[in-house]
Amino acid sequence: MPRRDPVLRFDPAGIHCPAGGFFIDPWRPVARAVITHAHADHARPGMGAYLCTPLTAAVLRHRLGDRRIEVMDYGETRQIGDARVSFHPAGHVPGSAQVRVEAGGEVWVVSGDYKTEADGLADPFAPVRCHAFVTECTFGLPVFRWRPQAEVMAEVGDWWHQTAAAGRVAMLGAYSLGKAQRLLAALPEGPGPVLTHGAVEGVTQVLRDAGLALPDTIPVTAETDPKAHPGALVVAPPGALGTAWARRFGPASTAFASGWMALRGIRRRRAGDRGFAVSDHADFAGLTGAVVATGCERVFATHGYTASFSRWLAEKGLEAGIVATEFAGEDIDAAPEAETPGAAP
Amino acid sequence: MRDFAALFETLDATTSTTAKVAALAAHFRTAPEADRVWTIALLTGRRPRRSVTTTELRRWAAEAAGLPDWLFEDSYAVVGDLAETIALLLPPATAREEAGLSDWIARIRGLAGRPEEARRAAVLAWWGALDGTERLVFNKLVTGGFRLGVSQGLLTRALAQATGRDAAEIAHRLMGDWDPATTGYAALLLAEDRAASGARPYPFALAHPLDGVPEALGPPGEWRAEWKWDGIRAQAVRRAGALHIWSRGEDLVTPRFPDLAPLADHLPDGTVIDGELVAWGGDGPLPFATLQRRIGRKTVPKALLREAPARLLAYDLIEDGGEDLRALPFDARRARLAALVAALPPGLPVGVPPLLDFADWPALAALRDTARDRGAEGLMLKSAAAPYVAGRKKTGGWWKWKLDPMTIDAVMIYAQAGHGRRANLFTDFTFALRHGDDLVPFTKAYSGLTDAEFREISAWVRKNTLERFGPVRRVPPDLVFEIGFEGVQESPRHKSGLALRFPRMLRWRRDKPAAEIDTLDSLRALLP
Repeated sequence: MPRRDPVLRFDPAGIHCPAGGFFIDPWRPVARAVITHAHADHARPGMGAYLCTPLTAAVLRHRLGDRRIEVMDYGETRQIGDARVSFHPAGHVPGSAQVRVEAGGEVWVVSGDYKTEADGLADPFAPVRCHAFVTECTFGLPVFRWRPQAEVMAEVGDWWHQTAAAGRVAMLGAYSLGKAQRLLAALPEGPGPVLTHGAVEGVTQVLRDAGLALPDTIPVTAETDPKAHPGALVVAPPGALGTAWARRFGPASTAFASGWMALRGIRRRRAGDRGFAVSDHADFAGLTGAVVATGCERVFATHGYTASFSRWLAEKGLEAGIVATEFAGEDIDAAPEAETPGAAP
Repeated sequence: MRDFAALFETLDATTSTTAKVAALAAHFRTAPEADRVWTIALLTGRRPRRSVTTTELRRWAAEAAGLPDWLFEDSYAVVGDLAETIALLLPPATAREEAGLSDWIARIRGLAGRPEEARRAAVLAWWGALDGTERLVFNKLVTGGFRLGVSQGLLTRALAQATGRDAAEIAHRLMGDWDPATTGYAALLLAEDRAASGARPYPFALAHPLDGVPEALGPPGEWRAEWKWDGIRAQAVRRAGALHIWSRGEDLVTPRFPDLAPLADHLPDGTVIDGELVAWGGDGPLPFATLQRRIGRKTVPKALLREAPARLLAYDLIEDGGEDLRALPFDARRARLAALVAALPPGLPVGVPPLLDFADWPALAALRDTARDRGAEGLMLKSAAAPYVAGRKKTGGWWKWKLDPMTIDAVMIYAQAGHGRRANLFTDFTFALRHGDDLVPFTKAYSGLTDAEFREISAWVRKNTLERFGPVRRVPPDLVFEIGFEGVQESPRHKSGLALRFPRMLRWRRDKPAAEIDTLDSLRALLP
């Protein structure tokens, strides 16, 4: 008997569901896009219609302007063509979802990006039983093992205090969607206010308006006088550090918050004063645990250390393959423009 | 080892030289004396010999981490540093060990010669008692691979701060052959009798690259020019009847150059010559590749000694009759060098290549263009009046004016992710030239582009992968680069039949379509 059509296909435009006539996180314009989360490599402009969670929709409108966006909460189910679609928390950033697609009696799950440690802000990752699991593996090597969030946040807090005591500004590079708000929410009390880059403030305000409890911040504008904020922590996209924008604060101690900071070589290449290994992607144990928890038979690795991670899973008896996508994972080198929300034309 | 690990982290984290010197000076004021001596030893490349092979270490670590060997190797390929890979892969420590740096080094040295099972048990126990940076430092010590980006200049500045002594004197005291296990801090840095000690060389004077035109240096009459030889920089030290050959990396290489031994019988006592070791072809140096066959061999076979006899091309005299000449101007040192060598009997493997005659800068530029024909890689310019200054200092007045590299336009056909500081970027590329209808790979290169260019190319590689072979990706032959190199030679080991010396990317030729790259024949035409 010939094998049934797969629930999802990996097409040049993106991950395609033929039964439902939609794409998940497509990278080329399509009529109907189901979006896992609002990062630029997963939610792109130019789609006829978007379906996502309410929080993702709020950020998407902020980033892409007025679009045709439908929303669906975690756990709700929607029939699209011959497929049944539902969202489940991915724990990556506020609003991020795994997409469960059921068609012809078979269940596939697209994880988008995810992390397994609860960060206290995003709805925590919830494993979903499935036949096939499409997973990221940005940090799919065993050298990546995150320390508990509380430990790292305490270190960030210590650095902030030491920097302030030395009379300097603490400048922290963090993704403007997700990492920045996670830090705001989890950092211990500091010696001064938190100042935010426009890209960070924009997303933070959108999430505040959507009901997330986030501490007060002071947006940096052209008029901001750095001297008026002693002991300040400045949170900005990684690409903004070292630019003219950052130099206005005078002598600063710079740090990056990224999973890549676990590697000494990358810490040194970024030439910041400190690197904190904190990621919104799962570490190796997290990825492996997530795959096992789905109970799936087949796994597709989309981006990251796909070759190593799929072989590791294959040795555990899973049918594991690699699919080429245009997802970027965690890119410490992204220029600020790449993730700065810009109003749609 | 917590103090030393903290110092390591501080030095590692900052790019500010002031902060590095301050951290080192603080360490030299407060750490136990035995630890200070070992810190100096490690920062000057005097590492304890490795007591465990890297093969053993990898095996033990993979077992302890519960990982298959291939996954260990994949991880290593990304991290790019064995000690760090192991530190990251091992489970967190379950105990705490408070011994100092010198105690740890004593333990590590104590492993030598013990059976594998005993060494394995010891290393596993120590891994379980060290975390983070301490574990990383331990791994680097046990494999004999400890290195840290602190220049000799910074180290001597820090020691000068900590001891109140003159930095140049400190630099000289740190040279040569001393054993950190038996040398005390005071004996090394403060005692009075070390100045003339045995085999010790002087800190080398180094040259700045000359970017632009020599006119900026001033009147040509104040400058001396020599060919820049492509060999091994070395000092020949003759004291107390013995000859010691030091390479610039402060390795004592005397046994590897038995053909220089006759110098021991004829150089006067108290002589230190600075020069270039080359393989000598009778009337000029042989290509570096010939000398390279001798490098790395502890004993050189007779046939190779005949084929590639070593010669010291002397260009400076630092000590004469036991007198330190470093404060003399170049012209005076040079005159004494010429006199000393002229007084030697003929047939010795040493020579003083003459200074180059030039009336003005354009004449010198024209001479430089002929360097390749002389077996030289360019010119050296030295200020006639400058003293011999340790390190790369403008006051030393040494400039290297190298030939522009040879170049060829080639297309990228494979890309591989970098490791270490470039682990998340594609940075290692294989290039091909056209040969009839084929593209023939002929070199790899991984340097010369900006971070921004590497990022852009990495994104392109991810989108345009045609095939994967482990970490290597085949890409369409679309991106054209100008490859620069210092030389080309026949090589039966390479598919193209050619091997390049120092290949690197000079620039990304976005303007050039792949159809217009150079041919293999055009590269062959550059063979000497």
